[in-house]
Amino acid sequence: MKLIDHSKVVKNMAPRLLWNQVFKVIFFIATLFGLFVLGILLYRIFTQGSGYLSLDFLQNLPSRKPERAGIKTALIGTVWLVGVVAPVSLLIGVGTALYLEEYAKKSRFTDFIQVNISNLAGVPSIVFGLLGLTLFVRAFALGTSVLAAGLTMSLLVLPVIIVASQEAIRAVPNELREASFGMGATKWQTIIRVVLPAAIPGILTGGILALSRAIGETAPLVVLGLPLFIAFLPKTVFDTFTVLPMQIYNWTSRPQEEFHALAAAGIIILLVMLIIMNSIAVLIRNKFQKRY
Amino acid sequence: MALKKGSSSIQKLIEEKKKNKSVHSIIEKLIPTILLLTAVISVLTTFGIVFTLIFETFTFFTKVSFIEFITSKKWYPFSETQGSYGILPLVSGTLRVTLIAIIVAVPIGLASAIFLSEYAHENTRRIIKPILEVLAGIPTIVYGFFALTFVTPILREFIPQLEIFNALSPGIVIGIMITPMIASLSEDAMSSVPNSMREGALALGSTKFEVSMKVVLPAAISGIVASIVLAVSRAIGETMIVAVAGGSTPTWGWDVTGSIQTMTAYIVQVSTGDAGYGTTIYYSIYAVGMTLFVFTLVMNLLAQYIAKRFREVY
Repeated sequence: MKLIDHSKVVKNMAPRLLWNQVFKVIFFIATLFGLFVLGILLYRIFTQGSGYLSLDFLQNLPSRKPERAGIKTALIGTVWLVGVVAPVSLLIGVGTALYLEEYAKKSRFTDFIQVNISNLAGVPSIVFGLLGLTLFVRAFALGTSVLAAGLTMSLLVLPVIIVASQEAIRAVPNELREASFGMGATKWQTIIRVVLPAAIPGILTGGILALSRAIGETAPLVVLGLPLFIAFLPKTVFDTFTVLPMQIYNWTSRPQEEFHALAAAGIIILLVMLIIMNSIAVLIRNKFQKRY
Repeated sequence: MALKKGSSSIQKLIEEKKKNKSVHSIIEKLIPTILLLTAVISVLTTFGIVFTLIFETFTFFTKVSFIEFITSKKWYPFSETQGSYGILPLVSGTLRVTLIAIIVAVPIGLASAIFLSEYAHENTRRIIKPILEVLAGIPTIVYGFFALTFVTPILREFIPQLEIFNALSPGIVIGIMITPMIASLSEDAMSSVPNSMREGALALGSTKFEVSMKVVLPAAISGIVASIVLAVSRAIGETMIVAVAGGSTPTWGWDVTGSIQTMTAYIVQVSTGDAGYGTTIYYSIYAVGMTLFVFTLVMNLLAQYIAKRFREVY
């Protein structure tokens, strides 16, 4: 008995090979689609916004007249925001990661913390805004201050930093720890002098990616009630302020073409900031990452 | 050094060491507690979110009936005479946008994943994957601007009845935004299918396309479905794109050419408006936020369940 009908196989061969080739091209085009969109997006924004890019644009306060409007308050505000988010989220994030990786024994509670972190990462950012509105803006009476926005953003990016730090700490080989214990070091000495220095490139990479998320987020800050238009700079963390994405949102939601061009110019500045931060992250990863 | 000075100084050294030890032992005992406190903050955040939403939503339901909220198809919170709070139009807006996003993202994302995992040369993959990550890292307000000032005008050339604010344009742009997520997570799932299975199918005379569709795809299906569910969750919670390009007209139905409002866009509209603290409108954003939170939580749990329950282990 013949298991394979030879003539049928031969007959089917040509279309099968044809489909193979056709789909190879389709899959390739689909992959290029992403690059294509990225190209169009950058081209559109650059051609629209480059006309407004100037030193004055960086130095001027926002104005109702497009030709005189600038992003000084938003730019400085973003720097203030980073100034709060970076220390708060890194301290809490790295602390949590150290606890989970170095101290916690496997228990229901540690499992719960871990599951909780991954679920927290999936909560929409706007819901963090609602939490910040109730807790920081109202209950702690911080108002729409740098501190309230910074704490809300810190909670938002916390899962990213925790997961990145955990991976970095886990990648430090146990031999290093054992060598340190063998020399008579205590657990905390081992962590602070051996584990953390070895894990710091990974932690910093994750931290920078988390910060670049915090810089680009708009939704939670809108919910907190941050002003869309502000003509002075914050002096302390208790002052109200605005950030780049809020300024861009403000300009985008106006009907006039001139303001759209301003928004595009603001987006260019925002993207340049993000590119610089991401390049630093990649640089750190490539330069300091040791493979054990 | 100490040895040269004689035995008495060695004793001194030991004494000193012992003193230091007591300082060290205090640190050693304190540190785990401090670190535990930082770890508890993430748990407190979750509790904070849940309690805030439940508490304020409860206040909302003392003013508006729960039945009206989940069954009424009228959402007119700003009406002076008789405000009407039925969440269905907002849910309908969210689902229309999400559906369009998924229709765009799933075919493109899966095709990219198959190409990167099965066809692409290692070097090609090393170039394309970071670019997809860049696409995923662009702030959503930028996508919103892109939807309003580029995608909508182009679509209006082809579909004349399309309004300036509509569901189609933000839907497509959200689809573009979540495509890298589906591509990257599905590619991970496909890459972890062992090569021996591909080789077995190739040895039986399959073409590469048949291997991809009939061997790799079924083997990686749990990871792929989980990635799609996660992408749906992201699309439901997406805010700025729909707030900028979707409009602010809550409507019930399947129309994608007219102005809509999603749950997230409503929260933004109230937040940027002048509804005072303590008004029904103020509490309504928590009720909408609660609905949004439940939707995304169910999706995330579903994704975790699928990834665990249906995973093929080799």
